[in-house]
Amino acid sequence: MVKKVIYGNHAVSYGARDSRVEVIAAYPITPQTQVVELLSEFCASGELKAKFIKVESEHSAMAACVGASAAGARAFTATSSQGLALMHEMLHWASNARHPIVMANINRAMGPPWSIWTDQNDSIAQRDTGWLQFYCSTNQEVYDTTIQAFKICENDKVLLPGMLILDAFVLSHTSEVVDMPPQEEIDEFLPPYEAKYKLDLDDPRAFGGLMFPDWYYELKYKQHRSMEKALKIIEDVGREFGERFGRYYGLVEEYRIDDAEIVLVVSSTVAQTSKEAVDLLRKEGMRIGLVRIRTFRPFPKEKIRKIASKVDMMIVIDRNISFGSEGVFYTETKAALYNEKSRPPVYGVIIGLGGRDVRVEDIMNIAKKGKNNKLEINKINWWGVKL
Amino acid sequence: MEKTVKKRRIFLMEEIKMYEVRFHGRGGQGAVTAATILADAAFHEGKDVQAFPMFGVERRGAPVAAFMRMDTKPIDIKTQIYEPDCVVVLDPTLMSVVDVTKGLKENGKIIINSSKDPKEFNLGKGKVYTIDATEIAIKHGLGTKTNPIVNTAILGAYSKAVGNVKIESIEEAILQNAPRKKEENRKAAVEAYEKTRGE
Amino acid sequence: MKLTIPEEELMYEGTVDCQGCGAGLAMRYALKALGKRTFVVIPACCWSIIAGPFPYSSLQVPLYHTAFETAAVVSSGIKAALEIKGIDATVMAWAGDGGTFDIGIQSLSGAAERNEDIIYVCYDNEAYMNTGIQRSSATPYKAWTTTTPRKYPKARPKKNIDEIMVAHEIPYVATASVAYPEDFIRKLQKAKNIKGTKFIHVLAPCPTGWRSLPEHTIKLARLAVQTCIFPIYEVEDGKYKINIKPKNPKPVEEYLKLQGRFRHLTEEDIKEIQEATNRKWKKLLKKEEFF
Ligand SMILES: Cc1ncc(C[n+]2csc(CCOP(=O)(O)OP(=O)(O)O)c2C)c(N)n1
Ligand code: SF4
Ligand SMILES: [Mg+2]
Repeated sequence: MVKKVIYGNHAVSYGARDSRVEVIAAYPITPQTQVVELLSEFCASGELKAKFIKVESEHSAMAACVGASAAGARAFTATSSQGLALMHEMLHWASNARHPIVMANINRAMGPPWSIWTDQNDSIAQRDTGWLQFYCSTNQEVYDTTIQAFKICENDKVLLPGMLILDAFVLSHTSEVVDMPPQEEIDEFLPPYEAKYKLDLDDPRAFGGLMFPDWYYELKYKQHRSMEKALKIIEDVGREFGERFGRYYGLVEEYRIDDAEIVLVVSSTVAQTSKEAVDLLRKEGMRIGLVRIRTFRPFPKEKIRKIASKVDMMIVIDRNISFGSEGVFYTETKAALYNEKSRPPVYGVIIGLGGRDVRVEDIMNIAKKGKNNKLEINKINWWGVKL
Repeated sequence: MEKTVKKRRIFLMEEIKMYEVRFHGRGGQGAVTAATILADAAFHEGKDVQAFPMFGVERRGAPVAAFMRMDTKPIDIKTQIYEPDCVVVLDPTLMSVVDVTKGLKENGKIIINSSKDPKEFNLGKGKVYTIDATEIAIKHGLGTKTNPIVNTAILGAYSKAVGNVKIESIEEAILQNAPRKKEENRKAAVEAYEKTRGE
Repeated sequence: MKLTIPEEELMYEGTVDCQGCGAGLAMRYALKALGKRTFVVIPACCWSIIAGPFPYSSLQVPLYHTAFETAAVVSSGIKAALEIKGIDATVMAWAGDGGTFDIGIQSLSGAAERNEDIIYVCYDNEAYMNTGIQRSSATPYKAWTTTTPRKYPKARPKKNIDEIMVAHEIPYVATASVAYPEDFIRKLQKAKNIKGTKFIHVLAPCPTGWRSLPEHTIKLARLAVQTCIFPIYEVEDGKYKINIKPKNPKPVEEYLKLQGRFRHLTEEDIKEIQEATNRKWKKLLKKEEFF
């Protein structure tokens, strides 16, 4: 076991190394570059026996991963914002073709204007491409999730690509303590990838040819069913990981919600800061807790329903905006609850777009405003907007 | 907002052991590395740590900042640092361009790379310590005369002035993290530790 | 003393490029050459930063920041709009080597094939500098970058973008160097008066990425030409003309040894680079002779 103080970006690189990825194809973009740089060093030093294709664009990065995965290799890439957007076509391709590629996306605001700071609009915009999405909140989780993602995605019942997501700078460039188990133990947890379907000389088949309306629809049904099945697989894999390495993961993380009246629904690093706010508010006597949505696709509807059934108020804090609608976690939370017989009021807050710092005081004040019925319902609460 | 902050302080007086440090330097001087090495040293003493750069675009020569946060209990918060307990200034020429004491706690500490006596600095708050890290760096062959690498020497001064990270841990962290001239860097830190002057 | 280049400055002082940045200098010359009636299009690159953050601009002409892979095609769009509105002006795409040789080559090739009426300038610092020195296909053979570690430096030669552009049969292709401003400015002014796609490739040393001294920028830009590593020539309607012909080319070593990115080169490597340089130079001389 090695414990090290490392960047979030390097946690991705180490995670990929320890997952023994076989093909990497990536293109540099701030704030992801350190992921790629360390991986090139691993490949150069022989620490990682992988082919690294230094492609000329992100579209090609994803396409190269698609090719590698089609030929049965464990493929990996990492990108951010503009790069993720440029991949868009191939993101559909990877999922529709059922390639269990794993990618790290560093959440960075979309331009213009150019920004290199965090918000979730880049990954949220890829919501419907058929990728699993995991929003991480610490460097340790980034490392752990990279490894788990392969195990989840490569599961026969899933066979879909997965994206682990971390905040620009707040995680990517922040050094934290990360505990990395010995390689043998990881190998036991994550055996080599044996592709069930691949390009094969002994079993020659064609992939992806024209399909008429008589079957396309069924494929989409199956793709969606695999997403639904992934809900359980994610929990199983998270539990197995916990049993082996002592750190448990699931679809959501619950924090002090047992007797909570108010529950904050949060994600990514905002969730970590919110925990501090919850602790302080508890000391002031407020019965408050939080649920951190770790898995956004597939969306953990059942979990949300269960938590909602026991509380008086939910406040969803989004670091993203679906223009013309509202925060996306807000929409999805409400949608999960709509047909419930009894459900609490759900408030929506937007915060921290383009990397504006989200402070403990912000979260505390949001909660207090909620408690005093000062948040607006059915309207976006824009937190801290200067206009 | 201000009120809640104050309240929190009074309320949690005993509990707050978190210690926050801000480094000021110029792009290319290794302020971020200094923050990371200090974090690593504190980690080896069993603390939970975070180190991060100013979230911006770094250009060679332009003012930059880096941050370090440590605590005896796990650190949850992921915010920037606004009210540091300590400020470390790698390049004193910055002090005419940047307000290095901004947000510094009243009883905070300021460590400046300077050959001057601490008394010569009149900053209005905090306790000043000085160390001629430039001279020490040059003596140990770290960087060039025009571009000395002072980030390891200044950590020795930190250890002496603040005392919450042992010099031995800093030496160890330097040996592990310095990309080159490990031994020279370590020695520079030790020499700085010995020569640090306080008010 | 009489200046040999236009006096007018269309770039403000105090930009945030590093000391000795060749790219900053290149823009200054380019705007002097083209004048006020110029629209500039900049994709993601160092220049997206040098051009200044909100609410600033370091240019005194209209400037559009665009996505990394789109400089040529956004310029085409702007030119179309200007034409339909009857506005007579130059549109200059200003991209790095990454935005030209790599991610932008598709839209550049498209624009060239359509012979869009734009000037496309590639300032070449031979790597992705804005993201912290990763290799591009313009990175020279054996150079170090953060994605080509010293142990495995770049294994392939620099892509010959100029010949690729010549192959598009556009009216004007030229190379230039910041060490020869008169030549660079003359080429831009010539390009301004030609209709169709003009491609100008200017070598812009980068002390940060080349691991060289800021004060060596011009020296390096000159040595690149005098060693024949970066020949200065133009191809007008398919006709080659070498503008600067070193009488006794200097050994490549003089150029290489001033740059930390080549620090790890062995004598063997240098010999190999010398031979490749000689070969390419000879080929170019032949082209000038025959075409
Ligand atoms: C689609 C996309 N991918 C990646 C990036 C990140 N990026 C911004 S600038 C840059 C490198 C630019 O290199 P070059 O064109 O050579 O210009 P230089 O920075 O060297 O001046 C990269 C990779 C981006 N902005 N958009
Ligand atoms: S990195 Fe290089 S190209 Fe970019 S601003 Fe600095 S010197 Fe210029
Ligand atoms: Mg470049």
